[in-house]
Amino acid sequence: MVLARDGTHGPVIHAVSAEAARRGIGPGERIVDVQAIHPDLHVEGADPAGDVKLLDRVAQWARRWCPWTVRDGEEGIVMEITGAAHLFGGEAAMLRDISARFRMQGLTTRLAVAPTRGAAQMLARFGAGGTLCGPEDIEVAIAPLPVAALRIDPDTERLLQRLGLKTLGKLMEVPRVALMRRFDWLAADVNPLVLLDRALGKLGDPLNAPADGIRTLARVRLAEPVIDPVPHLDALAEDLCRQMSKTEQGARLLRLTIYRVDGEWRSRDVALAQASRDPAHLLRLLTGKLEGIDPGFGFDLLTLEALRVEPLALHQDHLDGRRDASADVAALLDRLTAKLGREKISWSAWVESHLPERVEERVAALSDAPAAAPAVMRTRPLRLLEPPEEVAVLYAVPEGPPARFRWRRVSFLTARHEGPERIAPEWWRDRPGTRLRDYYRVEVTDGRRFWLFREGILGDGRGGDPRWFLHGIFA
Amino acid sequence: MIPDSPLGQVISLSSKRLLQDVPSPGAGDAVLRDVLSGAPFDAAVTGFVLACLPDSAAPVMWVSDRMSRRENGRLYGPALAAFGVKVPILRIEVSHPRDVLWAMEEGAGCAGLAAVVGEIHGAPEVLSFTATKRLALRSEAAEVPVWLIRSGDHGALSAARERWRLTGLPSARHPWNAQAPGEAIWEAELFRARGRAPGTWRASHDPAARRPQDRLRLVSRSGDGSLAADRPATADLAGG
Repeated sequence: MVLARDGTHGPVIHAVSAEAARRGIGPGERIVDVQAIHPDLHVEGADPAGDVKLLDRVAQWARRWCPWTVRDGEEGIVMEITGAAHLFGGEAAMLRDISARFRMQGLTTRLAVAPTRGAAQMLARFGAGGTLCGPEDIEVAIAPLPVAALRIDPDTERLLQRLGLKTLGKLMEVPRVALMRRFDWLAADVNPLVLLDRALGKLGDPLNAPADGIRTLARVRLAEPVIDPVPHLDALAEDLCRQMSKTEQGARLLRLTIYRVDGEWRSRDVALAQASRDPAHLLRLLTGKLEGIDPGFGFDLLTLEALRVEPLALHQDHLDGRRDASADVAALLDRLTAKLGREKISWSAWVESHLPERVEERVAALSDAPAAAPAVMRTRPLRLLEPPEEVAVLYAVPEGPPARFRWRRVSFLTARHEGPERIAPEWWRDRPGTRLRDYYRVEVTDGRRFWLFREGILGDGRGGDPRWFLHGIFA
Repeated sequence: MIPDSPLGQVISLSSKRLLQDVPSPGAGDAVLRDVLSGAPFDAAVTGFVLACLPDSAAPVMWVSDRMSRRENGRLYGPALAAFGVKVPILRIEVSHPRDVLWAMEEGAGCAGLAAVVGEIHGAPEVLSFTATKRLALRSEAAEVPVWLIRSGDHGALSAARERWRLTGLPSARHPWNAQAPGEAIWEAELFRARGRAPGTWRASHDPAARRPQDRLRLVSRSGDGSLAADRPATADLAGG
């Protein structure tokens, strides 16, 4: 089993399973070559972006051991365990704990502890598994490692190989002045001398760990499991809004979670059109969402978290006592969306298209703003039927719309008409064979005005006799 | 005294009461108004309500249930600009009339909206007198005009302050083409109103009017109404 990624000349192997490695397959080989040798090879596509995302999450999880934890490239995690190892009973015990916990997650690890980040990275990748390296024996520990452990460019690595400097020990024996002169044109993060100094602790190499996201979270712990969350929402909303007002923020996305006694949890999300920290408003949104939540045999922990917050400064109403109308509309959008669903509340968006039913699109009102309508030169009906409904022609005339037609079991007699307006199919979008449409404005005897179209013309070679449809109703 | 012109008799309106009696539903007083459709599949109701919407930056909320969308089609956005409607329209498309009423009540209580329009087809049970009363009270409290379009309904009880019935009439002459339909004309019947006598007008719509309340033109029906109603009867007698 191997994972494949796209290479310059077709797919190449990205990673191999243990069995494949045992049979001598290595990363970087071309899939076709390997398949010729091993016909039973199973190939799957690699997902590097997904791997990085997973590693980021694992790095966050690894903060259980120490706070300074970052992802290292695409295949490692660096942890600054200074001052944290004694909490787990020393470095050796900590390594055992890390290895055991990763194994529980189904992940294999290669671990190393060293006084510098560079040395730890080298030892984990190229040294024996589980190396513990003290401050005084860094040089001894990394001396037998190949120069590739420095993670320099392939060109530099090849150059060092040619010079006969195959291990770090040999590199350390070379006078620094000679190395510096040879590689002074290389940037610091690919310069072998600088990297070596960092690994030996002669140069500083600080770890820049991203800060933990601030979670705005209110929780209620209950002594006894209960079924109904409503009485506790008040306190939760108040608490959350107090936290947000300290940081001058307002919530855009809320999540209410109940933790049931049987270990399950259920959650409900509420989105807001405008950042808010008004407990009454949040409460009203939440109460509408609780109908389908299944409390099981009860729950004993209830959390309300603001998943997305935005800065929200204190806002003053108008001096004459008028209220800000846009805030009212935003709150209304929240309530409507919370109850009816996101896609039911929409503004119109406009698409460049000839076909009447394609011109208008819907965008969710919660996330978008209304767009200005395009100028339409042609007369268009106020109401449009979707899809167009076929009419039965009772009395056809050679030119123009039918003199008498039946639609929805009512027979209509054409009094006046205007047209045709020909709308051709959009060849770049419609499938071949789509017929053109000739639109007519038709007024029937009692004054109702309809928008009829004939699909196709006689003898256009795209089907039989043209059919008539009613597409819209004029005021 | 003005002499009669060769085209017809000229009358002078001595009392101003006659002129003041013409209602202006587009003036924007915040009440609940019912608009009923005189005939099925007639967009006259939609045109009438759109002609009465104000021009504002604040949006208009337009709620419709599934049945009214299926019966009368959806409100078609690209036609609105040419119809003189410049206000942004917030569309809410739900399936049940119950949700329409709920959304309308929420909207009627929101002062940030320019108007609320709801469409309900038929006379479902939820659209009771109580429901319309609630809407009317909310609309007056928050000063938001509320329009309720009731298609396929022949005048069930309602607490609306004004109740209109709209019927499409044969359109006016097209200025250049005698074969083509011209400017739309509707018959607007105000059959119940608070503090005003009911009446019937010929309504037409002028998208280019400068003031939004002038967009809808209501004209008293010309000719003698009672004689016009008698004419078919005499025709029958003559034929029989």
